[in-house]
Order: sequence, then structure tokens, then C-alpha cells
Amino acid sequence: MSDIILETQNLSRHFGALMAVDDVTLQFERSLVYAVLGPNGAGKTTLINLLSGEIMPSGGSIRFKDQDITNLPANAVSQLGIGRSFQKTNIFPNFTCFENCRLAAQSRMKGSFSFFKPALSYRQINQQAERALEMCGLSMRCHTLAQAMSYGEQRQLEIGMMLATGPELLLLDEPLAGMGADESLKVIELLRRLAKEHTLILIEHDMDAVFAVADRLAVMVNGRLLETGTVAEVRASKAVQEAYLGAEDEH
Amino acid sequence: MYRISRPSLVILLVMAIGLALYPFVGESYYIRLMTKIMALGIFAMSLDLLIGFTGLISLGHAAFFGVASYVVAWYIVKAGVTNALFMLPTAVAVSGLCALVIGWLSIRTSGIYFIMITLAFAQMLHAFFKDQSYWGGTDGFNFYTKPNLAIGDTVLLDLGNKVTLYYVTFALMVATFVFLAVLLHSPFGRAIQGVKVNEGRMRAMGYNVRNLKLMSFVIAGMLAGVAGFIEATRTAYVNPEMMSWHASGNVMVMVILGGMGTLYGPILGALALTLLGDNISSLWDHWLLIMGAFVIAVVMFLPEGIAGLIEGVTQKFGKKPPPKEETEP
Repeated sequence: MSDIILETQNLSRHFGALMAVDDVTLQFERSLVYAVLGPNGAGKTTLINLLSGEIMPSGGSIRFKDQDITNLPANAVSQLGIGRSFQKTNIFPNFTCFENCRLAAQSRMKGSFSFFKPALSYRQINQQAERALEMCGLSMRCHTLAQAMSYGEQRQLEIGMMLATGPELLLLDEPLAGMGADESLKVIELLRRLAKEHTLILIEHDMDAVFAVADRLAVMVNGRLLETGTVAEVRASKAVQEAYLGAEDEH
Repeated sequence: MYRISRPSLVILLVMAIGLALYPFVGESYYIRLMTKIMALGIFAMSLDLLIGFTGLISLGHAAFFGVASYVVAWYIVKAGVTNALFMLPTAVAVSGLCALVIGWLSIRTSGIYFIMITLAFAQMLHAFFKDQSYWGGTDGFNFYTKPNLAIGDTVLLDLGNKVTLYYVTFALMVATFVFLAVLLHSPFGRAIQGVKVNEGRMRAMGYNVRNLKLMSFVIAGMLAGVAGFIEATRTAYVNPEMMSWHASGNVMVMVILGGMGTLYGPILGALALTLLGDNISSLWDHWLLIMGAFVIAVVMFLPEGIAGLIEGVTQKFGKKPPPKEETEP
């Protein structure tokens, strides 16, 4: 089963009595794009937080490329090649765009840190940061402070920082949240390009975007996995239509 | 990212030249006072590495300063060794070791708990030295021979001479400043500044945040040890109060007063606080009231400290202020 890059077994996480993620068993195939769908509070972000090591599971296990990563902290998970972007912009606002990405790239520096050599003299890391800025479309903003940019650009930087660490598997928590139409198109284009070389797992409410990039869907409701499969399969599923649309009706 | 603007660099150079020439004109009393200020400047800079650059608010920093002082006292009183060639490295190593142990335990907490736990550890050390008669108890130690720097029987530097000590302290202060400035531009320095701004994201990007904090804590502890070595040498007197929470609070006030995260600001903070205390303490018994009012005034009207004021003024009068968007604060 070497084409399975990531899998979860009976993964659970509860907060007090609330089962945020309840007994989720999922397999992610290499180089496909997965979209996790579900109404608010379905446990999508908690799932991503579990996969990235941000929070520890209450039960079950996670395997990444034949390695058990269930209890690894976020920094160790990141070092294995799982990158993530956050739903709420999570950047270094008073650093320049370049420094945001450079710091991300620097995390992959081999061996221990140097205490005396200037950080900017590591050419490979600078190049990695520049490449990430180029991919997320912020090359022009290289020397701009992150806090001085528009919200949409900060969202792009969020993705750029993730890319600068050179991950194999990308976990994207609502990459399009709060973006304008133009910016959304750019990011969807970027996701498509990334999909050629990476495995993507994304949470997204924008259905057009989901259908444009996703190969597989996973639908969650109340912490449970309701349905998985190809876009057509999930669309045809009665259970999904009832649960998902039912939940929507409540609004 | 840490960056010194060109105008402030010029001011710093002028100040350094002034300090280098001061012993030619200064009175004996003020040469000793300036030595104290520079030692406190090193101490305050070391705390700035934690507060201003790593985001670790330690309220027990005097522990490392005090422990180094006791190393000096131990060498002279208990071992009869006066050579600074042994003393300084041991003092710095012992401070670093204490910082490693205290830091290893403390950095598991954050926020208010980190402040409290560092305070508690410093108070424990304070109580230890206060209670042990071997360590001089409440009185500490007075010693009459001062350290010197010797190779074999040749004395290179007699630290009992106040001008010699002044210049040694000056050199150590400049070295500390340069060391920290270089450190802050290194990958490690950039990483700890990242930790201060957004610890969670650093972790998500693969950094071992705990290690970064611990390394910073140990480096700061060792530099505080350098300052403790100088102060013990200068006064030939150590006592447990050097590591009490008053001392830790005092150095924190210097950092805040001078400007956190500016590196040279804490030196100015040490200067302002010490000179002010020296001038008004003889005027009025309740001089601490004036001191308190001064600190409150600075914090209220100059939230970025004395260094912030300098940066603001130089930027206003600088010929070509770089466009705001392009500068790193």
C-alpha cells in the first residue's frame, strides 16, 4: 500500500463531552487532492489540527508514509514533510514578506544553527524563500511588511510560508476564506499547480473551488465521517444530501 | 527584525568614544559609578535578549548575576585564588549551568506562570545563600584582595585598579553588544525573534521552540554572569540581596525604561536609573517615590523607552527617512 501517503485509524478527539472528531478512519492516496466538507462545527479544523500535530488525539492513530506520527508534536510533523496553512491568518506581521518565507525555509536548515554567520548569507535558503514567494504570487511584495498588505495578500503569504518549508503533503484550512474573487482565482490556479506535485488535503466552503480542484471528497458531520469518495459519488449520496443540506436548512 | 538605524549608530559611536575618554577627566567616584553602570548595562542587555527578543519575561534574572558574584567571592575567600583567568570562565559557566537547569524547567510554562516560576527559582537561590553559613549567610562576604588577570607570575591587569577595571568593563560591554547584535542577525537570532512574534507558527513550521527558548535563556544567563563578575570585583562585596527579586525587578525596569528590543536602550536605562538614584538618594529620604514617579512617567509618555525617543527624533531629522513600508522595525 505504498501509494497511501497518510491514513488515520479510528481517530478521535474530544473536548470535555464534545466529540469534535469521532472515530474517523481515512486513507489519503499520494498526489490526489482531497477536500474535507461539512457544516460549521463538523470537526474539520480539529481533524487538520490532529493531522498536523497541533493537538493530540484522544484515541486512534495516524500514519504518514509507514511511520506512526500519532503522538508527534507539530514541529516534528512539519519536519517530516507535512505543511499546513491556517484558517486564521497566522504570520509574522512585523516582518517583511521575504523574512516570513525565509524563516519558514530556514526551519529546514541542515545541522545545527550558526550563531555568528548572518542569516541572509545562506543562499539556498534565500532562494527557497524567493521561490515560495513567486509561487504564491508575492514576489513584488518581497520587502513589504506583512501587516501592511491586504487581507487577501496575507492569505497568499500564509500559503507561501507553508510552501517555503518544502512539504510533500499540504494541509490547507480554508485557503480562500475572506478572499476577493480575483484573489480566489489566483489561489485556485495555485492549488491546481501544487496538485501536480503534492498531495493536498483542504477544507473549503467555496464549492466552485472544491469542484475545480478536488479529486476526492470527505464529508464530516458532528465529528463523524459521513461519506468519502469521488466527487460524483459524494454528490449522488443520499446520506450527504440529507445531512449536509439538512444542516444548511437550519440556518 | 533587529536593526540599528544609521543615526542611532552614530550616536552610539559618539557615546562609546565619550566613555573611552571619560577616565581622563572624570573624578574617581564617578569612574567607579560609571563602571557600575556599564556592568548593569551588560546585565540589562542580557535580560533584553529574553524580554525584548525572545518574548520570555523572566523575573528571576538576578539569580545568574548573583551566582557569578558568589563564584568570585568563593575563589578569593575560600580558595585563595585571585586570577580572573579562572574566575571569569567559572563564573560564566556556573551562571550558564544554573540557567540551563532553571530554564529547562521554566520554559515548559508561559505567560504569567513563566514570570512566577523564574521568580520562585531566584528566590530559592536567594534563600539558599542566605541560609548557608558556608556562603556567608545574610552578611555575604567582604574580601580585601581583588581579582587580577595574570599568566604565571606576571600580572597583566590589576582589576583592583579602578581605571583598569573601568576599561575592562567597557571592553566587555562593547563585546556583549557586538556579540548580541551579531547573534540577532544569525539564523538563531532570527528564529528567537520569530518565537517572540508568533510561537505557534514557528512550531508549525518545524522549529523546536522549546530548544530555542532554552538556548536563549542560557546565553542570557551567561551574560548576566559576566555582569555579576564585574560587580563583585568592583565592590569586593557580595550578599544574598544581589539575587533577590528587588534586583531582578530593578534590571527589568532598566530594560523597560531604556526600550525593550533595542539592545542599546537597556544600557541607557541602566544609566538613567543609576544616575537618578545616585543624585536624589542623598536629597530626600523618600527618594524612591521620585524614582517611582519617573518610571511611571517614562512608561506612560515614552512607551518605547528612551531608545524609542532617540529613534523617533533621529528619524524625524534624518535626511532621507526610508518609506515606512520598506523598513523593518
